[in-house]
Amino acid sequence: MEVSRHWRLQKQRYELVGETCDSCGVKLFPPRDVCLECEAPAQELYTFTGLGEVFSYTTIYDAPAGFEHNAPYQVALIKLEEGPIVTAQLTDMALDEAYIGMPVEMVTRKLRTDGEEGMIVYGYKFRPICFEPVVN
Amino acid sequence: MNNYNPSDGLMKPDRPVGIVGYGAYVPRYRIRGEEISRMWTGGTGGSPVKEKAVNGLDEDVITMSIEAARNTMLRAQINPQEIRAVWVGSESHPYAVKPTSTTVAEAIGAVPNTQAADWEFACKAGTEAMQAAIAFVGSGMARYALSIGMDTAQGRPGDALEYTAAAGGAATLIGPADESVAIINGSYSFVTDTPDFWRRAHEDYPSHGDRFTGEPAYFKHVMGASEMLMNAIGRTAADYDWAVFHQPNAKFPQRAAKSLGFTPEKIAPGLLSPRIGNTYSGSTMIGLTAILDIAKPGDRILMVSYGSGAGSDAFDLQVTEKLPEVRGRAISTEGYIARRTEIDYATYTRYRDKLKL
Amino acid sequence: MDVSIIGVGQTEVKEMWETSIRHLSWYAIEAALDDAHVSKVDALFVGNMLAGELSQQNHLGALVADFAGMRGIEAVTVEAADASGGAALRQAVLAVKSGMVKTALAVGVEKMTDQTGASVTRALATGLDTDYEMMQGLTTAGMGALIMRRYMYEHGVELADFAGFSVNAHANGADNPLAMFRNRLRAESFISAPLVADPVSLFDMAPLADGAAAVIVTSKERAMDMVPQPVEIVGSAIATDAFALHDRRDLLWLKAAELSAQKAMAQAGVVHDDIDLFELHDSFTIMAALSLEATGFAERGKGWQMARDGEIARNGRLPISTFGGLKARGNPGGATGMYQIVEVVRQLRGQAGACQIADAKIGMAQNIGGSGGTAVTHILQIRD
Repeated sequence: MEVSRHWRLQKQRYELVGETCDSCGVKLFPPRDVCLECEAPAQELYTFTGLGEVFSYTTIYDAPAGFEHNAPYQVALIKLEEGPIVTAQLTDMALDEAYIGMPVEMVTRKLRTDGEEGMIVYGYKFRPICFEPVVN
Repeated sequence: MNNYNPSDGLMKPDRPVGIVGYGAYVPRYRIRGEEISRMWTGGTGGSPVKEKAVNGLDEDVITMSIEAARNTMLRAQINPQEIRAVWVGSESHPYAVKPTSTTVAEAIGAVPNTQAADWEFACKAGTEAMQAAIAFVGSGMARYALSIGMDTAQGRPGDALEYTAAAGGAATLIGPADESVAIINGSYSFVTDTPDFWRRAHEDYPSHGDRFTGEPAYFKHVMGASEMLMNAIGRTAADYDWAVFHQPNAKFPQRAAKSLGFTPEKIAPGLLSPRIGNTYSGSTMIGLTAILDIAKPGDRILMVSYGSGAGSDAFDLQVTEKLPEVRGRAISTEGYIARRTEIDYATYTRYRDKLKL
Repeated sequence: MDVSIIGVGQTEVKEMWETSIRHLSWYAIEAALDDAHVSKVDALFVGNMLAGELSQQNHLGALVADFAGMRGIEAVTVEAADASGGAALRQAVLAVKSGMVKTALAVGVEKMTDQTGASVTRALATGLDTDYEMMQGLTTAGMGALIMRRYMYEHGVELADFAGFSVNAHANGADNPLAMFRNRLRAESFISAPLVADPVSLFDMAPLADGAAAVIVTSKERAMDMVPQPVEIVGSAIATDAFALHDRRDLLWLKAAELSAQKAMAQAGVVHDDIDLFELHDSFTIMAALSLEATGFAERGKGWQMARDGEIARNGRLPISTFGGLKARGNPGGATGMYQIVEVVRQLRGQAGACQIADAKIGMAQNIGGSGGTAVTHILQIRD
């Protein structure tokens, strides 16, 4: 039971809320309060678009406790269009579909279920982009 | 018995309201009716639908509602902080106790100044939530209210329902008529105590009355609600360009439409059950989204849901000039249906959590 | 540095179902005390990563001191994921160097087999970012795989090009009686091995096991009077980098490994050609390649070529994993870094048996924690 721990991270997990650095303009995800680039305070919230591309990926066959039911599944490094890289699962695709450079979009999915009785943890995953908006 | 008074029965808010945004969701996996039949009847049994949509391992009513809600918000382009209600109708809420709606509200940025609740009335929980939203907005209590009908429906392995019980649904954002893509002229609810289908607490699968689910249940309520609404509002089938009825299979809505005088063309765009199955609380609403994806300004739409237990909610809608400019902002319902990966029965049992691990 | 090693000890690396974490520690300590011909020390630093997770046992400093008959001494646990062993030695060096401690004992111990399977995989992943990596289902093997895939993509390298690291490790492990795996490995088997996290396979990844190793250090002056072959610690450095893989400026560069190696080499006053062997952190073949690059033994993107060209063999330009490395000797988590030190000491003393590198005088050991967040580099030298 890590209820408060997951609850605390909902903004990041559900909406990809990170931060932007006032000093150098760099966007940060996950939020870290001190800029990765210039080490100035960076606490202004920024919601990422959720668009990016696969930077690297793997298929996990030997899953850790809590994830066995989903194996095999794919974890990727996603380079968001704003710059940062995020670690996230790929979903809605076959295991042989991923490639480096594949355009992906964020979706909210079940990350893990703590047994039959525990809480269900939701958060971001990424899938192949399935829609380009039509602008009238 | 039939002492309903149409003039009392019509529900119409003081302030005109309509649908400001809408969005659908269908998961990408499909199992063919033939594949289920192969398992249980040696392939001889036939199937009431060609195939049905199945949610993936990491999907449930919460994640699917979030995606439909996000599509709705893309179309509506309003500040989520102006939403005063997030309501999710389903018979497969992931938790027995803990709202689906609060997670959805959080994910679209509608918290904390909002109402949130989960609704349940078999397959019409979503349209009920729409009626409540009409009242909420129509009374002036809210500028916007979000209503979602979404399900990952359960069917006992080998049961007739297994061929149709599917995953999917849709969301509508109700708001002021002058911002709407479709104005809601009125609605009507037709409800009796008819035990055609139920699921007791702690049971995994529902039970049903088999052929009892037809005449005294689906048809009586769908026809009743449709006729009452059309009478009350002074219209006939010929006045409508499109109609959508709850779709437990492919046959029932077609028969109901025919009896009411709707041509097959009028129900064709919203008749999705042959290709995605019965999405329960999502069924009627996702049919409506498919119609909104193609309707023209001025078109009239009749929407009639059905929920076992039993009742029907009927709605009269009229498309506005705004629809063409907003529909392209999010993926169409047909777009989701086209995104299709076929799975076999073994994969289906795994995705639907039917394997004991 | 003025700090020397006067005794080393180690247990076998394998699944030791009968042996508890306190016994494992004691066996290594007992061997080190015998080796140094001493019966007591002034301080104890226990390097361990997973006892809290896997054995529900923390507070190992006092536990091990008590069990080893050393009640009363200063004793603490040092944790830096799988760099815990190297980090514990670093604390022992600092303690002696400061003058506040005369003789310090560093023991690395890991009891992997109190749990099995998915629980161990999960416990190991606590060395990654739990909120942002582990909760996405990432494992240590997955971490290795993400780096490896990108490396293959950027440098145009095939899976088979990494085989040389595992083949070399197994060839050396075959001659080490304490190693977990003593079988030789063929390059053909490497590329067809069962996948753990694509492209990382069973033959790419170091096997997890129980083990403990211990090192006793004291001042250089005292050491010369105490043992015939003191081994001087001429370089000792820890550096850190971005904690999570996704926050690294360069996914294919182990910055902490570079920094700690540079510092240690500067302290030792040595250049690459002076180093006779290198015990590196080959938890995955990609980590071996990246360590060689970060420490400057190979150019960026070319670390794998040292394996291909046989430069890492016992008779090569820079022998690595001389007792089998993590891959064949086995990877006992927080004890791994201490095994590396024990092995370098045995090489420098000429006590490496069939694994012996001819004329080894200066050896380097590098222990890496997590995905590269911590790197500990030690350089040891024996004087004639």
